[in-house]
Amino acid sequence: MNTTIMLFLVQDGITNGAIYALLGLALVLVFAVTRVILIPQGEFVTYGALTYASLASGQMPGTAKLALALGIGAFAFDLFVARKALHGRLILRSFLTNVVLPAIVLALTIYFAAQKPPVAICIALSLVIVAMIGLYLYRVAFQPLAHTSVLVLLIASVGVHLALQGLGLLFFGAEGQRGPAVLSGSFTAGALRFTGQSLTVYGITIAFIVGLWLFFGLTLYGKALRATAVNRLGARLAGIRTTLSGQIAFLLASVIGALSGIMIVPITTLYYDSGFLIGLKGFVAAIIGGLVSYPLTAVAALFVGLVEAFSSFYASNYKEVIVFMLLIPVLLLRSLAAPAVEEEKD
Amino acid sequence: MSALLSVTDAHVAYGKVEAVRSVSLEVGQNQIVTIVGANGAGKTTLLSAIMGILPLKGRVGFAGQDMARLDIEDRVAIGLGLVPEHRELFVTMNVEDNLELGAFRIEKRKAKASMEHVYTLFPRLKERRKQLAGTLSGGEQQMLAMGRALMGAPKLLMLDEPSLGLAPIIVADIFRIVTELRASGVSVLLVEQNAQAALKIADEAYVMELGEFVLSGKASDIAANERVAASYLGFQHEGASVL
Repeated sequence: MNTTIMLFLVQDGITNGAIYALLGLALVLVFAVTRVILIPQGEFVTYGALTYASLASGQMPGTAKLALALGIGAFAFDLFVARKALHGRLILRSFLTNVVLPAIVLALTIYFAAQKPPVAICIALSLVIVAMIGLYLYRVAFQPLAHTSVLVLLIASVGVHLALQGLGLLFFGAEGQRGPAVLSGSFTAGALRFTGQSLTVYGITIAFIVGLWLFFGLTLYGKALRATAVNRLGARLAGIRTTLSGQIAFLLASVIGALSGIMIVPITTLYYDSGFLIGLKGFVAAIIGGLVSYPLTAVAALFVGLVEAFSSFYASNYKEVIVFMLLIPVLLLRSLAAPAVEEEKD
Repeated sequence: MSALLSVTDAHVAYGKVEAVRSVSLEVGQNQIVTIVGANGAGKTTLLSAIMGILPLKGRVGFAGQDMARLDIEDRVAIGLGLVPEHRELFVTMNVEDNLELGAFRIEKRKAKASMEHVYTLFPRLKERRKQLAGTLSGGEQQMLAMGRALMGAPKLLMLDEPSLGLAPIIVADIFRIVTELRASGVSVLLVEQNAQAALKIADEAYVMELGEFVLSGKASDIAANERVAASYLGFQHEGASVL
């Protein structure tokens, strides 16, 4: 192998690794705050990517309708919980965020889809649609189970993943799609060729990580989210609702997923079920980070990206096998290093 | 004047085992009320249930409001605070962040004033405001837990074993601060194994045994009760039977 190929692989690995890093961070965040292992993270990626690609090619994405349907479901849950003491203001707020908002977005989507909107509008709509799906999913599928064990939440998570994947097939069909590049053009520096898209990936990933860091370090809501992750009972005693923290975590995870999808889809063709594998690689990184450490997860994600790039060069048939085999030594080491942890009760 | 907190005929059960049976108690404005009793009497269980952490059968009223349907967070928002036995601090965050989060439900402007107030009560916390909560000493952690609860501007603060495992000098400090709280208009419901110290500062007292209140009245009367003295205050009166 010569240096050019090696540099090329490194570049490829870092681009993918950056995306796995974002997904891994989202997984750690959601798990720390809600104890949900977010298998549907990959669906957020596909939904974001394919919604974006559909809009850009002038098709109406079914995800906008799904958002409205889930929103109505979420509103029904809110109504049911509040049935004994109907609190006008709360009901109105729930109606606005769960029904009116997705209805408006659906109307906008129908309007814009008919006229091949510019890239910026496609991105904005895709992000909002997937963000709403994430938010309402939490309300419908996870919030009612919030007090149950990690295992029950995991099963619910698998269920949601399968349902979303099936719906993805329904919405987008079995054929793969590609979207337009966010930033077209490219330039060369020495032996390396940078495309606008790969620079977009680096830029957005770094901006997002810095943004998250500022959010968690400086804002009251960010701190509240960390507090819920550190000590759920303590957070409740401080008046921080675990449901609020859960909502923010799911919102962030779905936005991160959708954004990753939008960044990948100009580079690779994505199918309705491609997200799962991409999400799993983020998951490998999150596991290496022990589902608690953000910096370790980010570093591990870059490592996963590099391993993937090099194994696709040397043994492309075994690319996935090699990446997932990374887990075995990590889990072995962790099981030796860490004492058995009993599941938290609350 | 009606009581700030009134609990009527409360039962708390873990599955089929009733840990608290038919308990009624009242805490008035500007009062320190203490519940004393041996380990396992059900004191912590009762506090947790009043806070909404455990389900309670019976009636709990606070500031004239029925709390049956309120979550923990809502109870915090209407002025009920709990400092639990295990403190439940955000150990990986610094002192200031812990305090700031205690005022999550309070306006920013008021939160600033609250923080000044907490720092005057506990100057040690101000010195250590950038230190991680998990690295504080036991006494400082107790102060931080109380400070965090006070940041929410509670009308009633429930303290669960605040003196547990602390050096006597710090215990004295904490009890002094509890009396200062009463002076500044915060009522306190204090659960303590250190009955002697608790009865000294309290106005009213309840004695709990095996999930029930066996005695109640003015703290000074309870402290003078021979049988209480024999069981909880460490004075051995010959021939005194357990209640």
